[in-house]
Parts: sequence; structure tokens; C-alpha cells
Amino acid sequence: MNAAHRAFAPLAAGLAQIGACGRFLLHVLGAVPRSLRYLRETVRQVFFVGAMSLVIIMTCGMFVGAVLGLQLYDVLSRFGSAAMSGTVVALALYRELGPVVTALLFAGRAGTSITAEVGLMRATDQLDAMEMMAVDPLAYVIAPRFLAGVIAMPLLACIFNALAILGAHLVAVSWLGLDNGTFWSNMTASVDLWTDVVNGVWKSVAFGAVVTLIATFQGYTTPPTSEGVAYATTRTVVFSSIVVLALDFVMTAFLM
Amino acid sequence: MAQRQSFQIGTGLFIVLGFAALTYLATQTTSIANYRQGPSYTLKARFTNIGQLKLRAPVKLAGVRVGTVSAIELEPDKLDALVTLTIDRRFDKIPDDSAAAVFTSGLLGDQYVALQPGGSTEPFKDGDEVVLTQSSMQLEELIGKYLVGQGDGGKNGEKPAPKPDGK
Repeated sequence: MNAAHRAFAPLAAGLAQIGACGRFLLHVLGAVPRSLRYLRETVRQVFFVGAMSLVIIMTCGMFVGAVLGLQLYDVLSRFGSAAMSGTVVALALYRELGPVVTALLFAGRAGTSITAEVGLMRATDQLDAMEMMAVDPLAYVIAPRFLAGVIAMPLLACIFNALAILGAHLVAVSWLGLDNGTFWSNMTASVDLWTDVVNGVWKSVAFGAVVTLIATFQGYTTPPTSEGVAYATTRTVVFSSIVVLALDFVMTAFLM
Repeated sequence: MAQRQSFQIGTGLFIVLGFAALTYLATQTTSIANYRQGPSYTLKARFTNIGQLKLRAPVKLAGVRVGTVSAIELEPDKLDALVTLTIDRRFDKIPDDSAAAVFTSGLLGDQYVALQPGGSTEPFKDGDEVVLTQSSMQLEELIGKYLVGQGDGGKNGEKPAPKPDGK
């Protein structure tokens, strides 16, 4: 009995975490209308999680596109269909790589800083102090960050995709000598606005919500110690990555 | 105050950049880029088999895109596929005895409608029907014919089947 108890304890703890996260999501969604009073705070958060992530997103987008162009040109030219490189790059980016890689980068760049910031607010009793001053920390601290993540993620993913296409163009056309017209016309012939571009945007909206939810939840419920904040930050990256990749599979299955 | 302003400018710039990227992706890299909603006219063509032809497939003349396939329906009484072609108004001098054929781009690529100009002096008018049509080439049929037509006990059975566009 005792052994069984011990064996199932981590499972029970995991389930409790998921349950607590679900309740936290409901509270955050409930706090969103109230947070509209603090619109300026949301704008500030969009700046922090979005605009400040631009450099990493653009650099990584460029390189991901460049390596895709390089690899696909190499592989496809073995089958005599190097002309399809642009198409395959675009489809891979819009459907999968754009939203997923952006979400992983976003978890590392913005998710961690949200967890650390909120966690330190918790550790230094700032959240309790706010409550004492009749400021709802969910509406003032959490909901603006959540909204900012939902707003910023799709925009970042679009910028990532655009830069990646340019990177692939740079490698495939300017370097490897694929014809410019072939690159674009094959792409425009087979990429569809709704099934490819818009579905990717939906994915990135969902990923933005998931990553910021996990980040704020970990920060909000962190043990108020420096070690606790450190663990919470790590868990944000680990859980966000797992959930993003799992959710990606589920959403792809549904959106197909 | 100055700091708050810079936040707002930065956020605004970010959002504008994001939407610019989305617009770029949506209009320049998808099939939307091929739409020219300029003035156009329609032609009809009947095919016994359109193969994998899809809506919005290109209509090409001499390899140049002149329009799109705007509707595909089955005629209940004749059991033919009735394909509506929307042709750009700029190309209004296509002879009215031109032929239409369903071709495949590359060996296994997408299918499109190719117009082959005839010699008539009268151009097509809106709503005209293309009388001369050639159906899509079916790879399976060709292979089937080739295999049946051999009949030498499979001596040359190792030879690859002929490719429809001579590639």
C-alpha cells in the first residue's frame, strides 16, 4: 500500500499541477475583461515579449530558412525537382516550423522572463501587497502578460516566416542558382492562403496562449524562494516545449 | 513619459511589422498572388475526363497563364465534365476554333488547361464553347495499354512504361 502510494505520488502531483493550471486559466480568462482597465500595461507587455524578441526571431528565421533552402535544394535536385524547393520551404514553414520554432524561441526568450518576473513578485510579496491595495494581481499582472503573448506570438511567427522565406530565397536563388521566377511561381502555385497560412496563424495563437499560460502559472505558484524561482523558470521551458509540440500534433490532426 | 512613449512607439512598430509580414506572406507567396481580378470573360469546354484538374487551376496559352478554371461540373445528361474557364480580358484575340486540352505540368505535377490557338479570324466571345477538346492523359491507362499491347510473354517487360509528356 505504502509502496503503491509512493509510486503514484508523482502521477498525482502531476495531475494536481494540470488541474491547478486549468483553474488558473479560467481565473485568467475571467480577469481579462477587468484587465482592460490596465490597457497601457498590456501595451508595455507586448513591447517586452514581442518587440524585444524581434532580434532573436528574425535572426533565427533567417537561418532556419537558409538551411531549409540548402537542404531541400540538395535533396530535391537528386530527384530532378529542385524547382519545388521554394514550395516545400514555404509549406514546411507555414504549416509547422514557423509556429513551432517561434513558440520554442518565445518560451525561451519571453516565457522565462515572465516566470522569473512574476515569481520574484511572488517571492518578495509584491502580489500580496497588490491584493492588500485592492489591485487584483490577476488583472494587473497576469492577464496583460497573457494577452500580450496571444497578440505577439502570431505576429512573431509571421515575421519569422517572412524572414525564413527571404533566407531560403537568398540561398536557393542567389547562391545555388535556382531560377528566381521558378522559385516564386511554384510557391504561389501550391501554397494556399487558408489551409497553409491561416492555419499556421491559428496554431501560433494557440501556442502563444499556452506558453504564456504556463509561464505565468509557474511564476504565480512558485515557492517563494530563490531556488523555487529557478525551478519554476526551468519548468516553464520544459513544459512549454512539451506542450507546444504535443499540441502541434493535435492541432495539425484537427486542422488538416 | 518619454519612456512610456518609446514603449508605445516600439509596440506600434512591432505590430505594424507583424501585420506587414502577414500581408506579405498572404499576398505574395500564396495562390492569391496569381489572382488578377481584372475584367475577364468566360469560355466553356466539355471533356470526357478531366483527370486531377482542380478549381483555380491555370489556363495557359503557349505556356503563358491567361486565366483560371472557375467551375467544374458534371453534365447529367451527356455525362461530360463541363469546365468553365475564366480568361483575362486582355487576351481577347484567341481564335474561336482553338482547342483546349488538360495537360500535366511535369511528370506528376498539377494539371492545367492548355489552349492551342486555331486559324480562325473570329475571336472567342464571352460564353462561347471550346468545341475541340482533348481529355486528360491517364498514366494508368497508358501503362495498361502498353502492357496489354506487348503480348510477347513479357520479354520486354522490364522496359519502363512510356511517360505521357515525353520526359
